[in-house]
Amino acid sequence: MHTFVYQRATSLADAVAVLKAKPDARPLAGGMTLLPTMKLGLAAPSDLIDLSAIGDLRGIRRNGDRVVIGAMTRHAEVAASAEVRAAIPALASLADGIGDAQVRNRGTLGGSVANSDPAADYPAAVLGLDANVLTDRRTIAADQFFLGMFATALDAGELIRAVEFRVPKRAGYAKFPNPASRYAMVGVLVADYGGSVRVAVTGAGACAFRVPTLEAALGKQFSAAAIEGIEVSASELNTDLHGSAEYRAHLVGVMARRAVAAALG
Amino acid sequence: MVEVKSNGLIGQAVKRTEDLRFITGRGQYTDDMSRRQMVYAAMVRSPLAHARIRSVDTSAARAAPGVIAVYTGADMAADKIGGLPCGWAVKNKDGSAQAEPAHPAMQVERVRHVGDHVAVVIAETQAEARAAAELVNVDYEELPVVVDARAALAPGAPQVHAEAPNNLCFDWELGDASAVAAAFSKAAHIVKLDLRNNRLIPNAMEPRSCIGDFDSSTSENTLITASQNPHVIRLLLAAFVFGIPEHKFRVVAPDVGGGFGSKIYPYPEDVIVLWVARKIGRPVKWTATRSEAFLSDAQGRDHYSHVELALDKDANFLGLKVDTIANLGGYLSTFAPAVPTYLYGTLLAGCYRTPAIYVNVKGVFTHTAPVDAYRGAGRPEATFVVERIVEQAARQLKIDPAELRRRNFIPTDGFPYQTPVALTYDTGNYHATLASGLKLADYAGFAARKAEAAKRGKLRGIGISTYIEACGIAPSAVAGALGARAGLFEAATIRVNPTGSVTVLTGSHSHGQGHETTFAQVVADMLGIPMESVEIVHGDTGKIPFGMGTYGSRSLAVGGAAIVNATRKVIDKGRRIAAHLLEASAEDIEFTGGRYVVKGTDRAKAFGEVAFTAYVPHNFPHETEEPGLEESAFYDPKNFTYPAGCHVCELEIDPDTGVVEIVKFSASDDFGRIVNPMIVEGQVHGGLVQGIGQALLENCVYDESGQLLTGSYLDYCMPRADDVPSFQVMTECTPCTHNALGVKGCGEAGAIGSPPAVINAILDALSGLGVTDVPMPATPHVVWSAIRAAKGRQVA
Repeated sequence: MHTFVYQRATSLADAVAVLKAKPDARPLAGGMTLLPTMKLGLAAPSDLIDLSAIGDLRGIRRNGDRVVIGAMTRHAEVAASAEVRAAIPALASLADGIGDAQVRNRGTLGGSVANSDPAADYPAAVLGLDANVLTDRRTIAADQFFLGMFATALDAGELIRAVEFRVPKRAGYAKFPNPASRYAMVGVLVADYGGSVRVAVTGAGACAFRVPTLEAALGKQFSAAAIEGIEVSASELNTDLHGSAEYRAHLVGVMARRAVAAALG
Repeated sequence: MVEVKSNGLIGQAVKRTEDLRFITGRGQYTDDMSRRQMVYAAMVRSPLAHARIRSVDTSAARAAPGVIAVYTGADMAADKIGGLPCGWAVKNKDGSAQAEPAHPAMQVERVRHVGDHVAVVIAETQAEARAAAELVNVDYEELPVVVDARAALAPGAPQVHAEAPNNLCFDWELGDASAVAAAFSKAAHIVKLDLRNNRLIPNAMEPRSCIGDFDSSTSENTLITASQNPHVIRLLLAAFVFGIPEHKFRVVAPDVGGGFGSKIYPYPEDVIVLWVARKIGRPVKWTATRSEAFLSDAQGRDHYSHVELALDKDANFLGLKVDTIANLGGYLSTFAPAVPTYLYGTLLAGCYRTPAIYVNVKGVFTHTAPVDAYRGAGRPEATFVVERIVEQAARQLKIDPAELRRRNFIPTDGFPYQTPVALTYDTGNYHATLASGLKLADYAGFAARKAEAAKRGKLRGIGISTYIEACGIAPSAVAGALGARAGLFEAATIRVNPTGSVTVLTGSHSHGQGHETTFAQVVADMLGIPMESVEIVHGDTGKIPFGMGTYGSRSLAVGGAAIVNATRKVIDKGRRIAAHLLEASAEDIEFTGGRYVVKGTDRAKAFGEVAFTAYVPHNFPHETEEPGLEESAFYDPKNFTYPAGCHVCELEIDPDTGVVEIVKFSASDDFGRIVNPMIVEGQVHGGLVQGIGQALLENCVYDESGQLLTGSYLDYCMPRADDVPSFQVMTECTPCTHNALGVKGCGEAGAIGSPPAVINAILDALSGLGVTDVPMPATPHVVWSAIRAAKGRQVA
């Protein structure tokens, strides 16, 4: 690991200003991806701007049909939140299944969403729960947010403030973990908004994506049986040591059915 | 026969005395140690699997902060430092010698695997050394690469060493080919399989680490290194690499956090740190990052085999024929030639009375990390071949696999049994372990459980493996005749201190096995003293007279036997001293409960009194005895030991995802006599987890360009606690006939027996779907693909 300057930002504006001034600086949220990357020599930022002291970025609150979660809220806080468990139990359960206890106590919602790791859990929630990503300068709808592998609609130096999830009638998340890393090889979040259903997949492609055929079928009848036999296309899905695109496509169907069962359970 | 009876401690599940320091973080591993003025080494490794080194520019690295020196392979060659020696020479079929290319610690002209050593940077801190290592600019000319052993044998394949045409290190055989041909010609059934034994990365919890030091005032060389056998390291480095005398060379292997074979060998880093320490006059430390461990620890397994079993009409085995291609990696590691030959071919008889066996093994160089012994070393590969083909025969002939095994077992009254592949099994009872293993597994009740699982949509299967292994390595004369360039005895010294406490110096090395407890139990039991009065000292050539180290499940069977013999000498000398004190004849004195007693009387001397007399010899038999009470023994085993057992795996497969869940794993093992059943159980558990890891999870994969794709835990799947069930284990006992303790060894059995049990169970579960083979590791994707392919065949 190379030397770098550590700074603790006191406000969002402060952090944005520093990032603007220093092109090679990187914001530090939970550090669950950035720090290992630096240790392996794959990233060498000039400065780390620690966001953890910015109180505005933390916390969970209900706002009408939305649950608003601050970007620096730790996974363990989401998992344990009475607010989240009451409104969107699937989101609490998803957060409770991220990484291990140490990761959940350090990793943050904003860090995960901004990174758009193709195998992270939260992108499925953001996309499936029709969320808005609130940044220091604008609001980005989930459908416009994830652009590709580690690529999002965020501009350089743009920081996520919070994510607001739309509360569904019911939702479920089912994950098939990569046997080695335990990241999602396929994770499917299914959310029923009464008449319209969103199905968001993580792990299988370059970034989180929705599956319209499954959404349409579930919109007509919200049951696992309704999507039995619907083939998900393998084109553009990931192939690696742990599974072919065909396997992932198959697992999208299996996990979608299990997510529906969890939502109904 | 068991000559050393238990007086209470042998056989007890005594808690491990070493654990207090380990679980409180007070173990002293190599990386915990510092020396005055110590500096740090960082290796410059090849990023390419095969390349010519055009030039190495070290100027930027030399100018970097904290850097003391940068050395290259050329510097090492100029100092005439020898390459790493190979400790075993096997012969080709035609009697000629194996190809044995040099293995310099740092390369001068050519690199042969990713991670191969090109240069070393020495700096004041570890961070400075690592940062500067990135500044060494090596100009490589990329050359074609071969990573797969079969591909390496193909005409026109890229060549790894000029000394090994067609990448062939050896073309070895064992057994009687014409007897096997005759057996096959009269066979009623011939069963065939093509098998892959997947390549593994050892992943000891403690990465390798070493410190080199040289005292110019005394000419003493010191190497502290995470090793399983410090004396072997000293012998090889002193004699073949540095040419320095052993009395000026101390090798210390302190607390070592797991080895599994990977810490048997001297590595380039051991050579480099000591060489540099001698050059710069300061101690040099190197500790592997986990990424370096993935790239540079000797790896395991990696076989392709074609197997054929001939049976008569009654399903008696007539002959076994095996062709194996073994990947040796880019260089010959210390015991690499022995692993796929004498530790593999000799075990192909398994537990069976197969009368004719022939095996041919081609050892092949590739552009990958060196391959050597890894927990089980050859024996897991042999067991996989035998136990897969036996199960395949049972399936093909529609015989219960347990019954087929029983029919072909070496009968319990058939020992000693000479196999057709060189070994003589001294004792065993395979029917007993099979019977108790099946009972433990409730084999009889399996059909009901399968039916119940089917209702839940799960495919349930059961699989058996009745393995045997050869441990207690090894009778030196036998090993020497088979190509070993070292003896394989063990040494021990029992030093009785004046006040009656005992220091045991053993050449065995504990890196997780619990020797400090087990060995102390044996000595305390024999001497009738409390365990707290016995200290086990190991891992330091400066303290221990000699030793061959720990591998091949040899420590108790060989090292323990040496300890027993030295302890007996102590008891005998004590008896003569006691006879003098008690004014009796030595023959009339028996040693019991820690006391020398004149038979039939109440006249006695405690062991402590005798010890004190030996060191304060005022009233002492000076005419016949020397003062002091310290005895040594070297023990060379008469034969290997032959642990054997029955592993039964029961599992469920989710056909939707291919996920395999082991619901029950039962093991009935015969390790001969057991000194500490808790430690044995722990060894079995650990071995089973590694074996299940090989069967279901672990796989070392290089891409075609020789890059390691599984270079971290993101892709190399280590078993976790939730990957395995709570094990059901038990033991049977046929004592080893040729060591005083009657022990056989237990360290590798779990990893040897379990993989075929797992795969056999998977194939049982999937047999209804027409799946006939599933490769290791049987990951969810692999299992799902096998199911899908079988369904496709059925549709077509």
